[in-house]
Formats: sequence, C-alpha cells, structure tokens
Amino acid sequence: MTTLAGKPHLTRAGSHLSRTGSIISFARREFRDAISSRWFLLYTVAFTVLAVAVSFMSLAGSGSQGFAGFGRTTAGLLNLIMLVVPLMALIAGAGSLAGERERGTLLYLLAQPVSRIEVLLGKYFGLALALCGSMCIGFGLSAGVLAWRAGSVGLSAFAMLVVFTCGLALAMLSVGMLLSVVSRRTGVATGLSLFAWLVFVFLSDLGLMAGTLLFKLRVQEVFAIGIINPLQAFKMAVIVNMNASLDVLGPVGMYASQTLGNSLPWLLALVLAIWTIIPLLIAVILFSKRASV
Amino acid sequence: MIKVSQVTKRFGRVVAVDQLSFELDNAESIALWGSNGAGKTTLIRCLLGVFPFHGSVTINGIDVGNHGKQTRSLVGYVPQELAFHDDARLGSSMLFFAGLRKVDRHAAANSLSMVGLQGHERKRVRDLSGGMKQRLALAIALLADPPVIVLDEPTSNLDASGRGEVVQTLCRLRDAGKTLVFASHRPDEVITLASRVLVMEHGKLLKNTTPTELWPTDAGIQTLRLHISMGSDEAAATILRDAGHVVNLNGHGLCVSVPRNRKAEPVSVLTRASIEVRDFEILDDIQQSPQENPA
Repeated sequence: MTTLAGKPHLTRAGSHLSRTGSIISFARREFRDAISSRWFLLYTVAFTVLAVAVSFMSLAGSGSQGFAGFGRTTAGLLNLIMLVVPLMALIAGAGSLAGERERGTLLYLLAQPVSRIEVLLGKYFGLALALCGSMCIGFGLSAGVLAWRAGSVGLSAFAMLVVFTCGLALAMLSVGMLLSVVSRRTGVATGLSLFAWLVFVFLSDLGLMAGTLLFKLRVQEVFAIGIINPLQAFKMAVIVNMNASLDVLGPVGMYASQTLGNSLPWLLALVLAIWTIIPLLIAVILFSKRASV
Repeated sequence: MIKVSQVTKRFGRVVAVDQLSFELDNAESIALWGSNGAGKTTLIRCLLGVFPFHGSVTINGIDVGNHGKQTRSLVGYVPQELAFHDDARLGSSMLFFAGLRKVDRHAAANSLSMVGLQGHERKRVRDLSGGMKQRLALAIALLADPPVIVLDEPTSNLDASGRGEVVQTLCRLRDAGKTLVFASHRPDEVITLASRVLVMEHGKLLKNTTPTELWPTDAGIQTLRLHISMGSDEAAATILRDAGHVVNLNGHGLCVSVPRNRKAEPVSVLTRASIEVRDFEILDDIQQSPQENPA
C-alpha cells in the first residue's frame, strides 16, 4: 500500500497480514517444488513400501487375527522411522536455502519486498508440509492394510506414532535449515546434515554408553542426557504410547516410568518441540544477520 | 527519490564499496560505469537492502537499512541473468511474484503483455531464450508498477536483437517517468538511456558526470577491444585511465571507448608505456545525437 507521498503506510494488522501472505506464498511454492521433485517421489514410494511391508509382516507374525496388528506394526516401524525420517528431513532442510544460494535464486527472492524471516519460515513450512504429507501417505496405506486385515486394535498408539513421527521430522527439518543457513554450498550443507544424522542416530548413543561407563553416571543423569537426543525422546514417546512398559529400556526406562509417570509423554513431546523451535530460531537470527546473501 | 550517503560495504578485508554518495531525482536515469570488481553490483545490492552496510540509503525518504521490505516495494529489480527455478512455468512464476508484490493476476498478465511475453505462460523457464528470460525479469520488476527500476547489466548476456528490445523497453519506461539505475559495460546503452553516469573504480566514485562529458564528441563513440600481453591488463587499464580514457576491464577483455577520430590513441599510449598491443577490434559504433541523449 502506498500513500500519495509514495511512502508505504502499513498498519500493524496490515503488516502481519502482509507477512503471513508472503510466508504462505513461499510455503506454497516450496511445497509445489518439493512434491514435483524426484527425492520426494522416491522417499514417498520407499517409505510407503516399507511401511506396508512392515504391516504385512506384523500381520503374518500375529496370524492375521487382530492381535494388536497396529501395535506390532508400530513397534516394527519404530526403528525404520528412526533411521529414515531424520535422514530425509535433515537433507531436505539442508538443501533448501543453500540450494537457492548456490543457484543464485536467493538474491532474486531477497530483492523482492519480503523479509529474510518470511523467506526462511515460508520454506520451512512448505518443506514440513511436503515431508509430513509424504509420511502420511505411507502411514495411511499401512493403516488401511491393518484395518482391513486386523481391525482397529492399537489404532491410538499407531496414531500417536504418526504424530510423533511428524514431530521428529519437524525437529530434524529445523536442524537441517540451520545447517543450510550456515553453509554457502549445497554440498557442504548435505555433508553437515549427514554428519548430524550420524551423531543423532549412532554416535550419541555410543557416547552415552561410553560416558556412563567412564563417569559412572547415575540413572537419572543417563536419562537426562539420553532425552537430549530427539531420537531417544521420540523412541520413548512411541513406546510409552503403545502402553508398553519402559522396562524394555532397562533401568533408565524404569526410572522414567516411576518418576515421571503420566507426565513423561508430555516431557518427551516438549523435547521434540524444543528441538523444533530452538534450531529454527537460531536459523532465523543467523539468516537475518548475514552480512552477505 | 534516491539518496546514498557514505555507503561502505566490506566483505572481510575487501572493501567492495567505499564511502560512496550520490543523489538521484525522480524520473532521472543513472548509469553505473566501471570495470568488473568496481563495486557496481554491490552498490545495487545495497540499494536493494539485501544485506547490511555502513552509511545510509533512502528511497522516497524511507531508510533502506531499517525498512528494506518497504523500500523494495518501490523498486523493481532486473538481474544480469534471471535466476529462477528452471522447471517453473512462466505463468506460475509470474503469479508467485505477483503474490509477493500483492498484485492480482490481471497485473501479472498486463506486465507480461508490456514486455511482449503474453501467450508464453505455459512455457518452462528453461525453454526461454536469453532475451525472453530478461524480458520475464523485466515483467516481474514491473509487476506492481514501482517508481524505481534497478538493473544489473541487463543486456550483457543478450545478442544484438535482444539488446535492442530491452533498451527500447527501458527507453519507454524512462519516458514514462520511471527512475532508472543501471550498471552497464556498453557506452551505447549509457548514451541512449542515462542522464548521468557514475564512474566507479575499486569501490570508489571517481566521477559523477554526464554521458556527453564522459565521451565529449559529436563524431560518435567507438569501443575498441584491445588484445595485449597476458598479465598486463590491469597495468594497461591504469595507464589508459591516467591518460583520460574511459576503460572497462571485464570478462570480455580490455575495452576502451574513444571518439571515432581518435582510435589510434589508446594503442599509442600503451606502446609508449612499453605494453604491446597485439591486435584490436571495434565493438560498437555509436552515432550520438541530442535526441538520444536527454542530458
């Protein structure tokens, strides 16, 4: 909006509307770009095939007789999700801004009447929608197979698996976006995201085990350090929501069940929320203060 | 319309723009002239407010540093080469930028027809020729009818016909009262379009002048590309500048714009300085006329 003097004059509400409109424009474009890309198609197909395969194997194992078909599938999918979802979300996030920067398109976007925050948040929401949509296709088909063959026993745990998987994807996407902001090239961002994936999936567990042995950590310390890793928080949250005992996780699981009781799932959800918000916030701050494009 | 005061931009130790100041009135057209690395592109990016810098730039009285989003709504930007997703279709790209500029699809259609791209909406960006891409960038820049158009070497990747089309469109915009800021390596464009020229070198403003003062001749201007010994480009450029010539050292080589009747001068200047000129070619032959030059 321009006044007669030519000075833009936006009310506070108008400014918020304008900001939301720009974020939606970027999100829509990012979503459209993502779903028309090869990685999205490959990921959706691979995730769907694996999810449906795990469903069939779970049913075969339970004699197709409704014995917690959803519950067994949830347990079966857990490890698959912990490997695949972080990898995809980290790589998708890492390629976003770094890719635009490398192609030279970022400068052109920033030369439009938009702020850096709008660009970053728009891209984040667009990618988040594409990732969660892709996973929901796999989960949906898997749920269809299970409901058809084994009824709806364990459906709530399966639904919580979907919710927490989306939470994990959002958290890892935030980390990926942060890596994208600090990297000038897509190759560097992808390399960093692969390293982050290794740390989250393997090295942090090994480090925790080594630390426990070396420093003779108490159980509450092991729990506190363990849930700093969003993957561990995700795993515990899914197991708790399956109404399974955390005893399967050993003394640490027993400690968590006994000490935190019903508030445990909320604490674990909070961990994922923090992993979503903090890296994204740092990414926004760093991107806004960048001295170059 | 545009006021630039003591603008400095550093990238690490490199000073890309150094204490640069100038003012530009409404409907004025200004050319940024200088070799590669002179700071033209960085200055353009400072005007757009895409990164922080020292000093101040105001557009229509609004500070670019503090209100970049607002000032960018007053500016249409045309890059050297349209950087956009190759898979995107021309129509959907226009609608995306129309959304960012808060204008409707009719404005997008008008903008496309203004640059002669109507009917190409289904084409993918990768299938457009260089000239069409540049016209698309111009269409995007004109979407919200901004009072200022900033162009970074808009014709450098175009052939003669594409160049002519873009320059004609820019003449129409200038005549319609738009304020133009453009970087160029071509004297013909500067003479045709600009009322003033900022000559830059190493980030500093050397001259704030007019095209007629820069090329003071009625005989017309010719640009020579000099072929000289490897590694002597920088030294040759400095010697020619010291001798009062308008020099451009860019990706295409060492170019000197001289009056038609003084073509031998750069060669003799360099020969006296013991720099061998192996060959030269004539790039432009511009007949300057008062009608073409509003200054």
